[in-house]
Amino acid sequence: MTQVDKKSSSFLKDIVSKIGLPTIIIAVFWVGLLISGGFLGISMATLLSDTLKRAGMNGVLVLAMVPSIQSGTGPNFALPVGIVCGLFAIVCSIELGFTGLSWLLVSISFAILLASVVGYLYGKLLNAVKGSEMTIATYTGFSIAAFMCLFWLMLPFKHPNMRWFMGKGLRETVQLDVIGAAQILNNFLRFEIAGVIIPTGLLLTFLFFCLLFWIFSKSKSGIAISAGGSGPRFSQAAGININRNRILANVISTIFGAVGIIVYSQSYGYAQLYNAPLMMAFPAVAAVLIGGATASKAKVSHVIIGVILFQGLLTTALPVANQVFAGTDLSEIMRMVIQNGIILYALTQVKGGDK
Amino acid sequence: MMNNVTGERLRVQKKSEWMLNNIVTIIFIVFTIFGFFVSDGVSVNYFLTELSSRFFRNAFLVLSLIIPVVAGLGLNFGIVVGAMAGQISIAIVRYFGLGGFSGLILTFLLALPIAGIFGYFTGLLYNKTRGQEMIASLIVGFFANGIYQFLFLFVVGIIIKVPSSHPMIKPDGVGVRMTVDLVPVEDGGLKYALDNIMEIPFMWAVLMISVVVLGLQILRVTRNKNKLVNKSNNFMTIINFVICIILMIISIHAIITESSLMMVRDVPVVTGLLIVALCIFNELILKTKLGQDFRSVGQSQQIAEVSGINVDRTRIIATIMSTVLASWGQIMFLQNMGTLNTYNAHTQIGMFSVASILVGGASTQNAKVSNALLGTILFNSMFIMSPEIGQSLFGNALLGEYFRTFMVYGVIGLALGLHVWRSNKKGKITLDGEE
Repeated sequence: MTQVDKKSSSFLKDIVSKIGLPTIIIAVFWVGLLISGGFLGISMATLLSDTLKRAGMNGVLVLAMVPSIQSGTGPNFALPVGIVCGLFAIVCSIELGFTGLSWLLVSISFAILLASVVGYLYGKLLNAVKGSEMTIATYTGFSIAAFMCLFWLMLPFKHPNMRWFMGKGLRETVQLDVIGAAQILNNFLRFEIAGVIIPTGLLLTFLFFCLLFWIFSKSKSGIAISAGGSGPRFSQAAGININRNRILANVISTIFGAVGIIVYSQSYGYAQLYNAPLMMAFPAVAAVLIGGATASKAKVSHVIIGVILFQGLLTTALPVANQVFAGTDLSEIMRMVIQNGIILYALTQVKGGDK
Repeated sequence: MMNNVTGERLRVQKKSEWMLNNIVTIIFIVFTIFGFFVSDGVSVNYFLTELSSRFFRNAFLVLSLIIPVVAGLGLNFGIVVGAMAGQISIAIVRYFGLGGFSGLILTFLLALPIAGIFGYFTGLLYNKTRGQEMIASLIVGFFANGIYQFLFLFVVGIIIKVPSSHPMIKPDGVGVRMTVDLVPVEDGGLKYALDNIMEIPFMWAVLMISVVVLGLQILRVTRNKNKLVNKSNNFMTIINFVICIILMIISIHAIITESSLMMVRDVPVVTGLLIVALCIFNELILKTKLGQDFRSVGQSQQIAEVSGINVDRTRIIATIMSTVLASWGQIMFLQNMGTLNTYNAHTQIGMFSVASILVGGASTQNAKVSNALLGTILFNSMFIMSPEIGQSLFGNALLGEYFRTFMVYGVIGLALGLHVWRSNKKGKITLDGEE
């Protein structure tokens, strides 16, 4: 009897330690919300289709966290750097007159090009400031986003779709449906099961990038990156050029940031400029951490689990909270507390400092 | 200890390093002077009025950052939490309709335990996130903001029952309004409760301050006569002398001739005195046993631990002090603003204060009172000038606004980045290429 008990409790412990306590708590909370939503008469199908849509939207952005965590630079708090590259690619290809699918392809390819260059420089910066990457990255992201505010305002683009009606510069939000670019990925092969809308193209894109990165991480340089992250001294002794790998990882992360915002924008239907990218790193960091990653270890599976849980939680919380406390902003507050709480929790797990 | 060759090399680099060390400060001085040249909309009077009121509003908050730096916690972005504590106590005092000077004292007293508890928990967290305190403190600010909003939007009204007729509460009886009027002192409120006690003309204040500073400088020089003083220190003393004398002459001239400079808004004496008191407090505490503990923990936690200092406790005390001071700073800030911007007033405090002290030449390991004061002046000068520069150079004030935000983030990023980069490089010189 006691033996069985012990066995089952250690089995439970195994599961908990494998999935991670925060992940389980959040998952339980989400399911609870879903069920209470069902009791309150909110359509479960809508909630699930929204969750899928939002997960696909944010997925690539969250994926951007993995290479930088693996390389040992911590979560990429400088995600706005990649995001502004993507946004710049978006507005450039609109300015050049591309529409629809060609717009998507042109902006993605231009974004990848731009993000590689910028990511290289950003990686160089991170190598110079070893030891405080997270703080510096946060402020790099903030200042790039703030700098781009100036840039958007001064950009001499002429496309009537993007200009302010008066004066110079671009609008705060650029509509994508006018150029036929809204939800192209979402609508590709879209179908419905029992009222749940599956945005096949969007999910496929997300999974495609996940697969791409997964294959890469099994390759030689992918393994070298994560080796350098988990044991810098050891891998240096093994002849791995850590600095180069860190740069490579951050290039990949920046590229995912740039592509991610394009995927995000087309699904959202708008490209948001100016202050929108400022705080975008934090939900992405939180999502990957909720999925079970730590500040020093992350896998692609963490991204998939994390983004579904986190976005699911947010999409479910909004209608449920509205039902219970009408006209309030409870879900926004919940997002803040959960998102930042989870980041804090992850920071306490980091071993560091000189004590 | 550094070996001789390295020491020699570092000394040779000193000249160029001085530039590098103070690059952020220099950028700001150049920027402000440049602003005066290009913008025609700013009169000296307007500038000084704005600057002095902003200085008296912010200096206390910026000064609250010093103790954690000395204790090795880095720049405490978590003073946002202290600011929230200050706002909570303001809200309580305002809710019960208390005010005036006694109400203000009550606000300060109420803020003490609230901020103390918050500071204790923040300190615990910093001990758990050793080595990552700065990013943790930043996130703590965001996290606490969520809880703060929950408190003011839901707890007030749903859990703590309040009458919906109260002017602070939203008409539906749940939650506090976006902006709460703090009511002038005459009507029993907190607005200008501290500033109004005594005010003197700006130029008189300048005169007095420069006399005092000059006196202090003379005292220091006469005391240090026998000691070997290094050159750059000498140079700074002479510059200080000259600046003080020039300021004295200008202010005496202005007072005698009743020139337009006398039109600058009056200066709140008590607020000023409190700021001075905090400066003295910051200096004095370093001379006590506790202050020495802060220092040794800041230099090396290992050595401090070995020599019998309770490192964790010392760090928590430093955080509590900083948080309490920040809460008082926020109360002083808000009584001067006259309205409590319930959900926004605290959000920027951390960023702006940190940027200010960095502009004054502080780093994550070294911050002095002079850094805080100089930084507050320079940073706020930039704040006043940037929309004007945007307007006159590009014909667009919005550009100046964005530029301002960029400067805040850019300055923090640049200063922190340079500092880490430099200490990494130094580590390389002494430890011979070790990663």
